[in-house]
Amino acid sequence: MTDTRLHYRKPLLETPFHPRIAAANRLSEWGAWAGYVSALAFGDTEMEYTAIRNGASVYDLCPMVKYRITGPDAAAYLDRLTVRNVGKMAVDSVHYTVWCDDDGKVMDDGTLFRFGPENFLICCQERHLPWLLDCTWGFDVTVTEVTPDIAALSLQGPCTASVLTAAGFDVNALKPFRIAHFPFENGTLHISRTGFTGDLGYELWCDPTDALPLWDHLMQSGAPWGIRPIGTQALDLARIEAGFIITNMDFIPAEQALREDRVRSPFELGLDWLIDWGKSHFNGRRALMAERAKGSEWALVGLDIEGNISTEGSLIYHGKQREVGHITAATWSPTTKRNIAIAQLRRPYHDKKNKDLWVEVYALRELQYVKLMLKARVVPRPFYAPTRRRTTPPGVT
Amino acid sequence: MLSSDRASDAIVIGGGTNGLACATRLAQSGRKVTLLESADHIGGGAVTTEFAPGYRVSGLAHILHMLDPRVARGMALDKHGLTLIASNLSTTLLGNDPLVMTGQRVSGLSSTDQQAWDALSTKLTRFANALAPFRQMTPPRPARGVGNDLAKLARLGLNLRRMGQTDFREFLRMILINVADVLEDDLTDDRLMGLLAFDTMLGAWLGPRSPNSLILLLNRLSGGALTLPRGGMGAVADAMAQSAQAAGVNIRTNANVARIEITTDRATGVALTNGETLTAGLIVSAINPRTTFENLVGPRGFDTGLLRQSRNIRSRGGAAKLHLALTGTPDFRGADLKSRLVIAPSVNAVENAFNPVKYNEVPAHPVMEIILPSAHEPGMAPQGHHSLSAVVQFAPHAPADPDRARSTMLANILTTLEDHAPGIGALIARSELLMPYDIAARYGMQGGNWHHGELAVEQMLFLRPFAGVSQYETPLPGLWLAGAGAHPGGGISGASGWNAAERIIKVQP
Repeated sequence: MTDTRLHYRKPLLETPFHPRIAAANRLSEWGAWAGYVSALAFGDTEMEYTAIRNGASVYDLCPMVKYRITGPDAAAYLDRLTVRNVGKMAVDSVHYTVWCDDDGKVMDDGTLFRFGPENFLICCQERHLPWLLDCTWGFDVTVTEVTPDIAALSLQGPCTASVLTAAGFDVNALKPFRIAHFPFENGTLHISRTGFTGDLGYELWCDPTDALPLWDHLMQSGAPWGIRPIGTQALDLARIEAGFIITNMDFIPAEQALREDRVRSPFELGLDWLIDWGKSHFNGRRALMAERAKGSEWALVGLDIEGNISTEGSLIYHGKQREVGHITAATWSPTTKRNIAIAQLRRPYHDKKNKDLWVEVYALRELQYVKLMLKARVVPRPFYAPTRRRTTPPGVT
Repeated sequence: MLSSDRASDAIVIGGGTNGLACATRLAQSGRKVTLLESADHIGGGAVTTEFAPGYRVSGLAHILHMLDPRVARGMALDKHGLTLIASNLSTTLLGNDPLVMTGQRVSGLSSTDQQAWDALSTKLTRFANALAPFRQMTPPRPARGVGNDLAKLARLGLNLRRMGQTDFREFLRMILINVADVLEDDLTDDRLMGLLAFDTMLGAWLGPRSPNSLILLLNRLSGGALTLPRGGMGAVADAMAQSAQAAGVNIRTNANVARIEITTDRATGVALTNGETLTAGLIVSAINPRTTFENLVGPRGFDTGLLRQSRNIRSRGGAAKLHLALTGTPDFRGADLKSRLVIAPSVNAVENAFNPVKYNEVPAHPVMEIILPSAHEPGMAPQGHHSLSAVVQFAPHAPADPDRARSTMLANILTTLEDHAPGIGALIARSELLMPYDIAARYGMQGGNWHHGELAVEQMLFLRPFAGVSQYETPLPGLWLAGAGAHPGGGISGASGWNAAERIIKVQP
């Protein structure tokens, strides 16, 4: 029936939730994400964003690239692959991590799930199977891409614990970065207290055959809290407020960079805190040690910019003269009422010389660009961090 | 677990010619050196073996012509027992109308071809001489701050320019082309072209029409005369071992390294398969680079990108080694048995022998180089008998059925031999044919390639064994390479080992 040679007739795959998402997508705003068709917005991005911060939101995570790592050496393999200490991970826990090439440049970031002593799942933005397979040399481990085998939903917002409890999944005892398991339909629903919004939230993982029943069940149980599906645009607002970065938006993964000065190390992305220097050898360790001794060229910072004009893609100047960096993500933050941005800055303009930074914005005003020079301040990330994201049992404040 | 009571400054892994050269040079610099060889004798590919009772041959390499003069001098090999039984071997190209070549002099050519060959030979020799000094130095890397010897490079560059504009232009035109084109441009004699094409391909996994093959001929021409050591190639290893010991090197045989020990991201010693551990501040591996990177260290000490490069070192062996025990004197239609006998009738004969090997099949008409050590000195075969040693090109390195390929190959070789030496088949008391995979198993050469990694343009100089580790130092602090897999490559030369030692002495005086 399906002749794989005819794949070009339908270049984008549909996720297991697609029938529901297509029906709900009043605007028909679609984008491509890792080979899948993905909703950018359903009807009103502001309302969707509001669901994230004030109610409950559902986002289809299926296109997220997923690799299963199993075998006796799975933990040792991941300790060699990634910079963080995997041996310390408890079963049913999750951590955020990055992995580097030999030069210590970041290939991708992602979340690592430990489902058992020898059973892990990596979730990330880009595809890495050749690299992950080449990393298996010397390890008794199996790496499989399982992207299409797992249906995933992100349930985010202050009311999500209530929604899940109403749906029969009691997650009140579930701590951040932990996983719980519940029987659902014919299989198991795995719920992790993780997310990409900086708010209280959960990610739900199930067999694709259970995807539509799960969607319907959540929508029904969540109705009292105004649960609604959200698109990538609303999520992007929330993730910028949370100060999270996205591969290929805030940095170029090392394997894809063509220009040799485009690659970035964990130091240059503010992720050096992930590195466990004391564990056994891991990819990029020597290069990172050298960089730690010698210093880095770039830094990733949060900016607070005067006014309310979003500054996406803008160049940053020191003293309005010297170009010292660029904005990788920016938005007017509805919750903090600030004009915020994530930026890459040449050192030391990120700290020692950060007093005279200006963002050059070309604002389109009725088909005509207006050039603005806006004052920018380096500020800590996250821009918004409600305590409810960490509290257990989850409160609603 | 045992622990050695005698700590060394340096441990050299592998007792082949490069390991011996490197260990000796390091010992001469005042270091306390231990050399570890897994076999029960030193020498690696420089070995004399008795393959049948009373019949002895050089077990792998059988002609000495690339020995690095620095090694010969620096190790005083003549004082340690190395003598030559033949100092300038002639070559006889077998066939209906044999051709004899000594050095670059050929007899039996037409006057036109004689002139053309004289001119071509002069030109190629000039190019080879311009390149030869690169063999004796750490390869320059096209990068900053990597310790390139800029003064020496400038001198070598000047040497190249000193050829004059016309020759330099010719050099640039020819340096990357194939040897068949060069020969066919200038010569007409099939025999001479066949011989030169064969000599170019010795030990390579290329045909005469493969791109970049000329550079292998230039590499060969940068060596010296064809010589035979008295007692076979094992005598070279013995002399080197004596020299090493005289310099204070502690040589240990039957010492098989299982892994390199790493402490706080530094190579600090080795663990032997018998459980013993030895420590030293400097570990030099003169064995195969792939074995070193992947088996002795692996992911404990190397990143995935490096191991990926290591696994991509191309190392296909294209040569088989034949040993025959002959109960009488073979007759190659009257050819001088003290000469190097070559069967390679034409460029196309060499190319055609290579073609099936591309598909891991056995050539019907192999081309080969034959030496009869027993014709040069007594003791290599019983009185009145002969031992025959031949390098046979081309043989498949990974056929589907290795045993069948070996027997087919042997049959095809013997048919070819019978053509050139009628009756030789009846004289054979014992035969031994080492296919590339047998050479791999016996000598630890990946793929059975003599050079521990194919010698080809894309794996030469700063790309040998691959970019980033071409200057003998590996990213694992304290671990260095010194084998033929590193620049400038194999052959019984000791150049890689000597270069590595010189580099170590320069960087860590």
